[in-house]
This record gives sequence, C-alpha cells and structure tokens, in this order.
Amino acid sequence: GGMAAAVLLLLLLAAAGPGPGRAEAGRERRDALREELLLTPLPTGDVAATFQFRTRWDADLQRGAVSHYRLFPKALGRLVAALGVRELHLALTQGFWRTRYWGQPPLQAPAGAELWVWFQPTVTDVDKAWKELSNILSGIFCASLNFIDSTNTVIPTASFKPLGLANGTDHHLLRYAVLPREVVCTENLTPWKKLLPCGSKAGLAVLLKAERLFHSSYHSQAVHIRPICRDASCLAVSWELRQTLTVVFDFFSSGQGKKDWSLFKMFSRTLTDTCPLASQSKVYVDISPKNKEKELLEVSPPPTSVHEAVVQGDKKTYAVYDLLSPSLFNTSRSLNVQLKWKRPQDSSEMPIPTLHAQRYVGGYGLQTGEICTLIYNTHPYRAFPVILLETVPWYLRLYVHTLTIITKGKENKPSYIHYQPAQDRTRPHLLEMLIQLPANSVTKITIQFERALLKWTEYPPDPNHGFYVGSSVLSALVPSVIAMKDMDVEQSPLFTSLFPSSDGSSYFVRLYTEPLLVNLPTPDFSMPYNVICLTCTVVAVCYGSFYNLLTRTFHVEEPSRGGLAKRLANVIRKLRGVPPL
Amino acid sequence: AAPVQVQLVVPMAVVFSTGSVPGDLPRPLPFRDVQEMEISVNLRTSVTSRYEMRYRSTMGQEEAALAAATAREADAALHPLQDTTLGSLTMYVVPETSSLLPQGINVYVGKHRSALVRAGGSLAALQARLREVAQVMSFSASSIAAALSDRVPDGRLGPDARRYLKSSLGYEITFSLLNPDPKSHTVDWDIEGAVNRYVKPVLDKLSLVANFSVDSQILYYAVLGVTPRYDKESSSFLLSAHSLPHVINPVEARLGSSAASLYPVLNFLLYVPERSHSPLYIQDKDGAPVSTNAFHSPRWGGIMVYNVEAPASPQASLPLHVDVDMARVMEVFLAQLRLLFGLSREEVPPEFLLESPGNEGLADWELDHLLWAHTVENIATVSTTLTSLAQLLDKIGNIVIKDDVASEVYRAVASVQSAVTELSLGHLHAAFQASKEAVTSSERAFFDPSLLHLLYFPDDQKFAIYIPLFLPMAVPILLSLAKIVRETRLRKKEPTKMD
Repeated sequence: GGMAAAVLLLLLLAAAGPGPGRAEAGRERRDALREELLLTPLPTGDVAATFQFRTRWDADLQRGAVSHYRLFPKALGRLVAALGVRELHLALTQGFWRTRYWGQPPLQAPAGAELWVWFQPTVTDVDKAWKELSNILSGIFCASLNFIDSTNTVIPTASFKPLGLANGTDHHLLRYAVLPREVVCTENLTPWKKLLPCGSKAGLAVLLKAERLFHSSYHSQAVHIRPICRDASCLAVSWELRQTLTVVFDFFSSGQGKKDWSLFKMFSRTLTDTCPLASQSKVYVDISPKNKEKELLEVSPPPTSVHEAVVQGDKKTYAVYDLLSPSLFNTSRSLNVQLKWKRPQDSSEMPIPTLHAQRYVGGYGLQTGEICTLIYNTHPYRAFPVILLETVPWYLRLYVHTLTIITKGKENKPSYIHYQPAQDRTRPHLLEMLIQLPANSVTKITIQFERALLKWTEYPPDPNHGFYVGSSVLSALVPSVIAMKDMDVEQSPLFTSLFPSSDGSSYFVRLYTEPLLVNLPTPDFSMPYNVICLTCTVVAVCYGSFYNLLTRTFHVEEPSRGGLAKRLANVIRKLRGVPPL
Repeated sequence: AAPVQVQLVVPMAVVFSTGSVPGDLPRPLPFRDVQEMEISVNLRTSVTSRYEMRYRSTMGQEEAALAAATAREADAALHPLQDTTLGSLTMYVVPETSSLLPQGINVYVGKHRSALVRAGGSLAALQARLREVAQVMSFSASSIAAALSDRVPDGRLGPDARRYLKSSLGYEITFSLLNPDPKSHTVDWDIEGAVNRYVKPVLDKLSLVANFSVDSQILYYAVLGVTPRYDKESSSFLLSAHSLPHVINPVEARLGSSAASLYPVLNFLLYVPERSHSPLYIQDKDGAPVSTNAFHSPRWGGIMVYNVEAPASPQASLPLHVDVDMARVMEVFLAQLRLLFGLSREEVPPEFLLESPGNEGLADWELDHLLWAHTVENIATVSTTLTSLAQLLDKIGNIVIKDDVASEVYRAVASVQSAVTELSLGHLHAAFQASKEAVTSSERAFFDPSLLHLLYFPDDQKFAIYIPLFLPMAVPILLSLAKIVRETRLRKKEPTKMD
C-alpha cells in the first residue's frame, strides 16, 4: 500500500530490560538450501530443463512454537502450521509431457493445476481445512485454486501415498484435486520465484526469465512440502520444501534448424553468480550414451566432474558443473553450458519408455460416449501391476457395467477396484483399479458414459469450447533393467530423490495421461432473450392495431385527385419542369 | 456517519492525606461529586465524559504507605489497598510541602491505576489538576478524537491522530531482517531470545486488548526503493525525510502478506544496508541525523537502519559476520510499537512524572487508556457497519436476509447497547468485551456472502429487457398524443380566424 507519511521517530525509551547475551558466533545453521538444474536432451531434439530448489529446515513446523523463519518462506510455513498440513504437493502446468517421445520425466504433472495434500491426524474437519488451504494457496500463487470444491475433490485410496515421513496412511486425511482448465502464466511464476531465498537475483534462479519460460512447449512448476528424517536414525523430523520447475524448449520454435543448445539460447541469460545462501549449486547435463555406443553429445566448457547414476531403471551419465567450486568462474566470468550433437540422431534410436499411456474420447453424438485408455508395457519379459486413478466430473455419468479391460484380446480382471459413484453437483466419479500389465502388451480400458444436461447457470463462459476431464493418473513400480544401488538421499542429486525407491529391482513412476475435452449438449443461451423479443413484438403489434382501432376516428374520404398513374405523371412532369396536369 | 452517543464514566477516588485537605470543601469528607465534560467530535457523534469522584480521607494503612521515602515505594505500598478494576482511578492528594514528589513535580503517575497529586491550595485548583491527571490516565479529547478519526472533519485532527492502529480483534507482528547484500554480510539476529525478553511481556499485558502473534523472517536481496545520497563531508550515505515514503513500497512486495489470517500486520524492519551504501543515516526534516536511525510509518510499522561497522582491515574476507545487538534494536521497535498503539509518553505536561513500567513494559493505566479508546472506536465502527448494511438493504428491496444474518445483526445491536450501558456504569472491561462481540457479529453479518449486492438483478436492467415491448407500444401512444396536441392547437387558432 501507499504509505503516505512517514513520521520520524526521535523518541527513545528506556523501557527495555538488560541487553542480551551475545549470540554465539558461528551458530549452527538449522536450514540449508540446495539448488540444481538438470538439462536433458530429449530424443526428439528438444531439451528439457528441470530446476529444483530444496530448502531443508531442521525444525518441527507442527509444534507451532516455531515462528522465526530464515530460508523457509514464512507464508508457506505458517500455512503448514496453521492448517495441520502433513504433506503438500501443488503443481501448475501448461502443456503436456509426451512420455512416448520424450521418455520418462523426472517429475510429471497433469495439465492445469494439481493439488494433493495429506493432513495431520489431529485435523478434525479435513474438508474445511482443505477448502481453506486451497483458498489461501490460490491467493499466494495467483491461481484459481479457489475453484476447488467438493465437485472436483476426491479421496484416492491407493494412488497417492505420502512421499515423506508418515506414521499412518489413513486415506481420509488425503485430498486430491485437479483443475484441467487452469492456465499457467507469468503471474503464477512471480510468486513462486518470490519463495526462493535468493529470489531471482542470484544463483540458478537468474535463468528463470518468464518471457523465455512460457515460450516453450511444456512448462510445469511445483511446490512440494513434506516432513523428512533429519538423519539416518530418523529420531527427529525436518521439513523439506522443494520447488521444482520443468520446461521443455522446442527445437522447431528456436528456429535455427540445428539441435545445438546453450543456456543462453534457452534462457537468454547465462550464469554469473551463485546464491550465497546455497550450500550446493549444481548444473547436471545428461550426456548418457545411447545404445552403448560412443557418446553423442559434446558439452562445453569442460564439466567439473562426471556423475554416473542409475535413474529410472537406466544407466545415466551426467556432466556436472559445480557453481560453488572456485575454479569454475575463474576462467570466465559467466557460465554458458553448450550442448552439441556430434552426429545426427536417427529416429530408430529413440528409446520407448517401459510404461506409457494414451487416452481419448470415443463415440459420437451428444448423448453417450466412451473413454478409452491405452496402457503400454514395453518391457520385454516382465509383467508389473499399475494403479489407475480416474476422476470424471459428475456431468459425465459413467456406466460401470460397461467397464472392459482387454489385454492381448483377453479380458483382464483387475485385482482391486475402488469405485465411488458421483452425486450430481456434489461429488465426481472416482475409479481406482489395480491392473496387471503382462510383458510387451497393450491394455485397453473402456468405459461408457452419458452426458448430463446442466442447468443454464452451470455452464462456464464459452461452453461450446467443451468441458475438460482431468488426466488419469498411473502409478506403478516399474521393474528396472539394471539393478539400482541404495543411495544416500542427502548426497545424491535432487532429481533422483523425490520419490522413494523401494528396492533395487524396481523404480516408482507416476504418469499422467492427456486431459480430455468433452462436448456437452449446450443450449442456445440467447434463446430466452429471443423469445422475449419475439413475444414482445407480437404483443406490441397487436396492441398497436387495437389502439388505432379504438382511438382513430373514421371519415369518408373525398374523391382523390386522380389515380396512381396521374400522380406518377405529375412527378415526372415536375422533374422536367413542365406544369402538372 | 451514523449517530453515536456515548457517555464514558470514570470512577475516581480522591484520597486526602492528612494536611492536604483544602480549606474550601463544600461538605465534610467523605462526599461524592460528579464532573461532566463534553467531547465534541461532529454533529452526530457526541461523547460525554463523566468523572464520578468520591472524596475521602486516608485510612491508616494508606497513611502509612504515604509515609514512604520515595514516590515509587509509596506507589508499591498503595497498590494492594486500591480498587483494581479496569478503568477506575485512585488519586492520593499529598500536602503542598510533601517531600514524596521531587522539586517541580506536581503529579506522579504510578505503575498501576493511581497517582500522587500535590494539593494545589484551593479545591478548584486541585480539581483542575485532577482533571489533567485523569486525561493522561484514561482518555483525553484528542485520544477520543483519534479513535473516532473517521468521523472527525479533516482539518481538526492532529497530525498524530491517523497514526494509531485501528482497533482490531488481533494483530500480527512481523519482524523482518532485510539483508540486501548477503555476499558481503552474513547477518545473524537472536530474534527468538529478543522476542521472549522484550516483546512478550508487553504483549502478555496487551493480550486483554487483542490477540497477538509474533513471527520473524529474513529477506535477502530486498532493497529499499530509494537510492541514498552520498555525503562527502561525513563520507556516509543519507536518506532524507522526504524520500522515506518511497522506501517502503518495493520492500513490501517481498514481505509476504499473511494469507492465513485476517488481522492487520505490524511490520518492523531491520535494514542492514549494502556494503556499497554503508554507513547509511536517516535525516530528519531539518537535515540533522536521526539519533535512532529509524522511522515509522503510520498504521504500518517501523524501519530501522542498522549499520555494520567497516572491518578494521580492508582485506578482511567477505562475507562479514554480523551479530545484531538486539537490545538496541528492540528498544527502538518497542518505542515504535507504543507509538503505533497511541501509548506514547511524549505529550505529558512537564510537571508530571511517569513511573516507568519496568519489566512489564506497560503500566496498568496505559492499558486502560487503550481500552477506553478501543471501546469507543468499536462502538463507532459497529454503528457505521450496521448503518451501511441498512442502507444496502434499503437500496435493494428484494434482498434475502437469512436467519443467521438476522441473528448476527440482533446480536450486534444487543452487544453494542450493552457496551454503551456498561460504559455509562463505569465498567470498562465489560464494555470492551461487549464492544468486541458487537464488532465480530456486525462484521460477520456485513460480510456474509449472501448479501453481495451483485447477486441481485438491478431494476434498470429488467426495464432494458422489456424495451422490445415498451418501445413499439409507446409509438402509437406518442403519435396520437402528438396528434391531439396538433388538433388542440388548430382548434385554438380557428376561433381567432373567425374574428
């Protein structure tokens, strides 16, 4: 606000008591910031950049006594403490991650806004807390999260387990909602950047220039808050805030025809400075050789080190630039990582991810339809189960008896089904299934629905655009080709450590399918006004003639001055300047 | 604004010690007397103050207490003997020649709800002095005017009146440390200890007035909105008084509003200037440096600039480690806090001596002072809220009032009435509680989502819809009216032609 007057304070009061003891110098820091940028060249020639900023705070937010913030943003900390949040995951996404062509993403999110929250067992009215939370978040992130209500909130039973430390997993404490229509833009990015301790003034966040980030084919920003173990013994709780941002730059729109990338080409900025608050600041570039051959990519300047890890069942090699190492900025004032392809890639090399899916609406007409989901397991010899979560708005009335799951021409019976039917205007459909995917197979899941008629006030603006149905969620433990080693979470790169890995033989994957756009029978909204206009006109015309009939007086007309022909002749004569007849 | 009529009754005991009784008493002690005073705010708002004085002479224990060596000891000894209800005052009149009060001091205001007053010869002189004391200890015309600042015509308000925070059910206090240059300075502050040591005692005392929550944050790379001017003579940077209003806005964007609560936020900012701009000093209007290097902004909070001493050797490695001296900082912030609550001790006549509140941070009578002002302000707020609600209902005839809204309105009216009654009975605490309830109920009714006037279809638009009906119907009527006019005009002309 505009503080108009500032009055000088000249008053000193000796009210305060004795001076404090000098704070111990070199006090142990109870919070730490790590930042990381992962550059992944995608098989299509595009490049994905994933930022992760992790603030870890060795304090228990839930106790409520803590109210002195340093690196952890106060707005979020207060929210967690005030509303009894156990875990919070918010993602705002523009565009769709094409798993089939881009491979498994480090972090995927559905198009639009996604929010899922685990509450503390102490929260008595979870629905009220959920409503309040979504309203406050909508204020903090300038997003329309306040449109989250009971008609788009579900309580999944199996798909969303807590990612952090959790004692129980009573799913009544969980709420999940997706707003597929949400448009993500600069006004959502600015508050997100403001939560970073260094803002966008120093460190990796300098690259976050809205103009470039939204000139891309996929943009997803997220906030994850969860409690984690403070150390290996796990006797105390720390809180972790992860801010992630994934962006995919399209090589066609860069317009140069060459698939060479550099930080400057992507973000129109280079790295010049480190955030002095960060305890770790690294840039990883994925330079994994495909097909065990010679490496394809060349990076310059030479990386500080090379990191090898097994990520999502695949052996990966990363070139690492450690911004905190003094040698990096010695040679040049700024870091502009460049990627060059050594030889052109052919499309046959494109690896197909083990699990991917596809979804579409079938059927014709405006009465019924069919949702089809195709799930692909391309693993050559291993079958694995997948949990499918489907949320469908109430105005598409699902017929569960039409649910068919077909794999390789045979019916595939799900081993677990949780179905909660919708209630008109209060609750969406929730369908959760555990489906076994045989090796090298395609599973087709279809379910038919009927389109409901809405009340005329329930239609959104531009109803002929259609109604969105949120992405369905696939969660699976995908068997790994290569055995994974147990890593120390604190040491490994951030992009590998959000999802907990269960054992060495499989890795967790969560995928989102395309959101659907369904047309509903839409009335002609101008009709009431047209009817009013028409009836009014008819009434007015009738009224007019009656009025004339009742009020006019009628005379016998004197014989006229000749017929039409004579009058016409007179007009012509007048024009010619001849006296009239 | 809506009419408000309040009578503030202050029960006051005037206790004469031996040798201090004026000669011109109308009646023998004890007796009662009432003094009224009108505080004019505007035409529709009248506040009357009424001091109900009970004159009596001291009792044995009081006499013994007044025999103490210093005023402070006497005040402590007298405390258990007096009426401790909120809003009541006890004045002990001591003889003209008493050595309890230092030279040149006529009034000593204690930590609680009592004062020692030097007898002023005649009763009239004493009463004038008592009135002055009562205004310091409970309320004065200016403090009431400040509480009702929305109703006071612009020209008549003092410059400080709009500085005080509006009455609210709660306040959030946020201490922020701004470090615009984390590369050069690592700043540590022991805010937790400082809050516990200095702020908490004050807030504990103030908890009767409102709920308080305290938190703190550190913001990096947060810069002031003004580039300070370099002064060659002192080789320092200067912020002049007229540029201070521009300082806050860019900082405020970073402060982060408290999304989780509806209470007003009080911001206290400690700014450690960048290395390239230090040392930084604030100048007042006359160009002299401000000794505290701090300023405050009305109804918003305060900012203090904390300069880091330059390292002894220029090659000292960066970043410099800075430990903030919290005693120095909190002294300023607490003074600003008092100022924002209108508890400044500046405007006291010179012959008054105020006892410092000590560890509690706030004297009992200062709390009363706040309660008086907030009670009056709450009553005025409720009256304004309910009036504008009534105006809205008058404007929209077909608005739907739900039962719960109606009951909130009834409750607000009942509470505000009881607040006014309690005030006129001299029960300050009960009146304040009732006024708080009234504010809660009236706000709840006013902000009920069902009373949004946009939910109701305005009448002019209904007419617009029926234009296709009215317009064609009006055409024949207007035509025939025109015809009638023409015909009557013709008929009038015709007779003149006949002539």
